[in-house]
Amino acid sequence: MNAYLLIIVPMAAAALAALWPGDRTRPWLLPITGAAHVVLSVWMLIAPPAVSDAAWLGFDPLARAMLPAVSILFLCCAVYGLNYLRLRTERPNRIFVACLLAVLGLLSAGHMARHLGLLWIAVEGVTLAAVPLLHFNGTPRAYEATWKYLLVGGTGIALSLLGSFCLGYASIHGGGSGDLTFHALAAQGAGLSRPWVLAAWVLLLAGYGTKMGLAPMHTWKPDAYGEAPAIVGAVLAGGVTTVAFVALLRIRAVVAAAGVGPVVDRTLLVIGLFSMVVAALFLLGTRDFKRMLAYSSVEHMGILAIGAALGGAGVWAALFHVWNNSLTKGALFLSAGNIRRAAGARTMDEVGGMAAITPRSAAIFVTGMFAVTACPPFGPFFSELRILRAAFATGNGIAAAVFLGSLLFVFFGLTRVVFGIVDGRPRTAARKVRERFPETMGVILPAVALLGFSLLLGLATPSVLIEAWDAAVIQLFPVP
Amino acid sequence: MTATLNVLVGLAMGLNLVALGSSRLPGLIRAVALQGAVLGVMPVLMHAMDWRVTLVAIATVAGKGLVIPTLLRRAMRAANIEREIDPFIGFVPSLLLGAGGTIAAVALAQALPLLPEHAGTLLVPGSLASVLTGFVLLIGRTKAISQVCGYLILENGIFLFGLLLIHATPLLVEAGILLDLTVGVFVIGIIVDRIQRAFDTLDTRKLTVLRE
Repeated sequence: MNAYLLIIVPMAAAALAALWPGDRTRPWLLPITGAAHVVLSVWMLIAPPAVSDAAWLGFDPLARAMLPAVSILFLCCAVYGLNYLRLRTERPNRIFVACLLAVLGLLSAGHMARHLGLLWIAVEGVTLAAVPLLHFNGTPRAYEATWKYLLVGGTGIALSLLGSFCLGYASIHGGGSGDLTFHALAAQGAGLSRPWVLAAWVLLLAGYGTKMGLAPMHTWKPDAYGEAPAIVGAVLAGGVTTVAFVALLRIRAVVAAAGVGPVVDRTLLVIGLFSMVVAALFLLGTRDFKRMLAYSSVEHMGILAIGAALGGAGVWAALFHVWNNSLTKGALFLSAGNIRRAAGARTMDEVGGMAAITPRSAAIFVTGMFAVTACPPFGPFFSELRILRAAFATGNGIAAAVFLGSLLFVFFGLTRVVFGIVDGRPRTAARKVRERFPETMGVILPAVALLGFSLLLGLATPSVLIEAWDAAVIQLFPVP
Repeated sequence: MTATLNVLVGLAMGLNLVALGSSRLPGLIRAVALQGAVLGVMPVLMHAMDWRVTLVAIATVAGKGLVIPTLLRRAMRAANIEREIDPFIGFVPSLLLGAGGTIAAVALAQALPLLPEHAGTLLVPGSLASVLTGFVLLIGRTKAISQVCGYLILENGIFLFGLLLIHATPLLVEAGILLDLTVGVFVIGIIVDRIQRAFDTLDTRKLTVLRE
């Protein structure tokens, strides 16, 4: 029952937001719902509910290992959003608040979906609910980004539906009863029709890979993240990508049970490494610090795909990395939003000396940059180290070398842009804008909190999380 | 039963080629609408008469055949465009690609094992051919409305494939999928409208501010 509350509460809040009369008071629904969601998900993290095998929806070990991260990220974004919407009173926020809450509800549904069709419906719902968030600013550039997001994302989601149908047909062809829960599909195992399983995997990887933003399906990401408000970028980069990764992990388990595990792992490894290399190359070229965050997200999705390809230890590290990615990337997006507003521009050519104009946001941005490039003692260092160890343990030396090389170039790319905008002499235009957008506690503390979580994950990973990740790995790699 | 179904799938495949060859938007929208209506009839043919299947069929015919095309026609009139001029992939090359894609789809469908009750139908080749047609239109056209039509044909192809599963999947799932797709097209329609207002054109080649 509680598991359903994770979906019902945000959805009810979304409906309430759509009916709420006042623009000034409506944003309060965001932190209230976010807090309720965190309480529910952390409570279920500590005391996991029992989930029956046949359930279509449930807070199973995999959902337990990931959903609380999204929940915490959303709460921090919601607190930031409350203050952000106060600065943006010139734009009506009815649709924005309602859609953001609907995204949270659908993200919960997507994490907990244990049925192939239901998973697709939830992910498609998230994609559509995010559309009005992307063009909140109402500029022509925002509409351009939204169009590209819809076209690429829509095609991706269509391919994943076709892949879901193929997997369903593989089950029926193998004599299945048409029960499309992941548990039933995995139980059918080698009974699934092999050609259809392979076709399904290719389509599903392309489809959900588009949602995750794996290269070469990442093209919507820089535009969307660049034009959307900071909180939307954070929720997309930390929540929507996560739900697509959950989808791929669940499908990977089914396809591996059908006996094509080695093929699947090899494709994941190749696409992951390719994403990292592409992201590293683009990071060396970009001059826009919000697009930089998008390429950094592509890189981290590559890391997740590599982790998922490396067996139980790799998946464990990938689950750890999901937390690190969501929380650290959130801090970066929120501080980048502050800098963007104060500077009034986004490229290295127009922005400089932000350490003088927005000292606190600049400090968070630089610290977050070090965290996201895996400098100890932040969490990402430890998860990436574990992925590296899993790569060596499974004899993927070349993959490990490419992984390390990409990380190095990503570091060069990120430091180049970050110090380019933080250091130097402030532009005079920015000094005037600063008066309108002061750095209040409301827009600083959420980012600090996210960074603090990232540090906590690195220094003292809570034992309940370690246990949750262990349980999720057991769910995905059942001992025969 | 199978024979009637195959005639309808063949009709849908023919409409793919009509869509690829039409340079005028009203013709393209008409082809897409007709294809949607043809598809909507199929579940009734495949399934014994059942009020839920009938409901899905009516919703499909109404959505794909009437509501969405009306929406597209309105967008077309608002944007004041009638013709797709200079597409990325010309009309004759598009047709050749479509014909080649249809042949490839038939060949590919031979390689995939089918259940005995589906072995005689054209559902898999029809589905793959429509997906390919959708891709050609998505990539090869420059007007946003033509691209939406391409997306609709892509969806129609997936719908055809979904018919293979109609006996197995609960209708709840199908209804959810149908709802999502419909909402998706509505959202696309709204964005098309906004692009028209913001850029004063629906030529997606003008959307080039954002790039590396």
